[in-house]
Amino acid sequence: MNTLFDKIWDAHVVNKVEDGPTQLYIDRLYCHEVTSPQAFDTLRDKGIKAFRPDHIIAMPDHNTPSDQQEVINDPVGRKQVETLKANCEEFGIKHFAMGTKDNGIIHVVGPEKALSLPGMTIVCGDSHTSTHGAVGAIAMGIGTSEVAQVLASQCILQSKPKTMRINIEGELQQGVTAKDVALYIMARMTTAGATGYAVEYAGSTIRNMSMEGRLTLSNLSIEMGSRAGLIAPDETTFAYLKGREYAPKGEAWDKAVEEWKKLKSDDDAVFDKEVTYRAEDIKPRITYGTNPGAGIAIDECVPTYDGLSESEKAQLKSQLDYMQFQPGEKLEGHPVDYCFLGACTNGRIEDFRAFASVVKGRKKAENVVAWLVPGSWLVRQQIIDEGIDKILEEAGFELRLPSCSSCLAMNPDKVPAGKLSISTSNRNFVGRQGPGARTVLASPLVVAASAVTGVITDPRKL
Amino acid sequence: MAKQKFNIIKSTCIPVAIDNCNTDLIIPARYLASTTRDPKFFGDAFMHDLRYTADGQPVADFVMNQPEFSEAPREGVHEIIVGGQNWGSGSSREHAAWAISGYGVRVVISSSFADIHRNNLLNCFVLPVIVSKEFQQELFASIAADPNAVVTVDVPAQTVTNEATGNSEHFDINGYKKYCLMNALDDIDYLLSQKDKIEEFEAKA
Repeated sequence: MNTLFDKIWDAHVVNKVEDGPTQLYIDRLYCHEVTSPQAFDTLRDKGIKAFRPDHIIAMPDHNTPSDQQEVINDPVGRKQVETLKANCEEFGIKHFAMGTKDNGIIHVVGPEKALSLPGMTIVCGDSHTSTHGAVGAIAMGIGTSEVAQVLASQCILQSKPKTMRINIEGELQQGVTAKDVALYIMARMTTAGATGYAVEYAGSTIRNMSMEGRLTLSNLSIEMGSRAGLIAPDETTFAYLKGREYAPKGEAWDKAVEEWKKLKSDDDAVFDKEVTYRAEDIKPRITYGTNPGAGIAIDECVPTYDGLSESEKAQLKSQLDYMQFQPGEKLEGHPVDYCFLGACTNGRIEDFRAFASVVKGRKKAENVVAWLVPGSWLVRQQIIDEGIDKILEEAGFELRLPSCSSCLAMNPDKVPAGKLSISTSNRNFVGRQGPGARTVLASPLVVAASAVTGVITDPRKL
Repeated sequence: MAKQKFNIIKSTCIPVAIDNCNTDLIIPARYLASTTRDPKFFGDAFMHDLRYTADGQPVADFVMNQPEFSEAPREGVHEIIVGGQNWGSGSSREHAAWAISGYGVRVVISSSFADIHRNNLLNCFVLPVIVSKEFQQELFASIAADPNAVVTVDVPAQTVTNEATGNSEHFDINGYKKYCLMNALDDIDYLLSQKDKIEEFEAKA
């Protein structure tokens, strides 16, 4: 009667601390430049080495520019990227350098190189580590102190979270993507709805979802409050991973798949909480506020203050004031200034195919600045191999270089103050895409439709 | 970050009544590119874009700039933040905990915390205290009535008391972590003492 989460967790328990947390073994630690430098300092302070350097993979992604990667002009960002490289050399850790074919956003690179595999425990100093749960792993974001703990011991101390299963049943409508599913769940359960839980996604909609779609959904688990978002591995998972660079090969592959097939919640597994949503209820979605749960279907209006308590009204008002939206306003048709396709949420090949399917034969709106940023060099190469770059170019778009780019304002791709961005990224927080920038979260299809019309557009109506 | 042993903290509070106060608000991303561990650097960045305008002027109506709450924390003064619900959601950046700690705050009280941030606070020797929504609202009301209202956080007894009303609540913390906080001990030192068990586990796997 174990859940998928229980099975993987139990298989990694090294020790249970008396009246305390569990000491959990970590199969894979990913490091990026932003949340690791102080962790390496801790090891140096203590005069210790990395305990299992072969379990660790590092790459810069947050500071990486997307227009050129010869040089990072910002000296602080440049130093951080150089520090990661130097730390990896000192501690004997594999490092995928900026501008090389191995590089990209960690949460895109890990699964696509099969460095993240079913049954693993995976951590990184990054909340979107939940992404890797889509392959059937426990993958969680951690802080820098915990990065140091894993570097030093390959373990972390964690209290076991409660478990929640989110079932999505039925067939998604035309124009509705995994991103819309996630934005729908967040609006229903709020951004704290899954706090304290590890989520497993299940149901026929998930079973029929592509691996790229599952990675998008798991990526957004943290925006519901859950550190982990697991999906039981199945034939879709195995087909995605097979033959990839670090996947087991030959006989080892067959043996691994036999084991991975056991990684599912038992029929009589009991979850602390279980919810079910119907795919047919989900439409293309957009956000109107400054947290990802503040979302509506694209044809709905911004909520009004009717029926809200004084404190709820104040919270909504502060969001709408920042976004410069009115209560009850219809956002469909609202002009946009910036369009962003990319991030660990939607920077995969399927996202670029979706975007291209909308803009093909159309032209980028003149009032719009568009940043199309692949999640990795492998994704970029596949875009070129499939001729998608030509479609984008003919429609007036430019394909940029792999980076976290405009998801967070740590590289040159900053949205200027006051400008409205429609974005496939994961957070519409105040100042997230740049101080004063206003962000509407949406799927690649909605962003593509908006990029060719210059206003927030329902892709089904083009 | 500063490791100070915990026992009983009795202090006035800074009320930050923002629900879903995410870690991007607690410390904006541009302060993350630093490789420093300087507490002052992060303390100065704490709540930066709410405290200051784009051209560096203090935002007069933000709570931390109001005369009653602008004094930097010291013993008995502003060592406690009372925050809105879902405190610390979003990014895993431990820089947010460094900012809180660097500013001088030792306790954050809220009705709920995001999971990653809560662990980060503990690892930075800032105590997250979860109280009921009613208690949280009562604290906000007491501080609104008297900015010098005192709250006592008794770590050994695991109680938090609103001295203005005399009301008190129990808060949860596991025995291991409580011991660590009261003795200024890190998780990493515990893990380093467990090498035998880790190697044993690896041999079996």
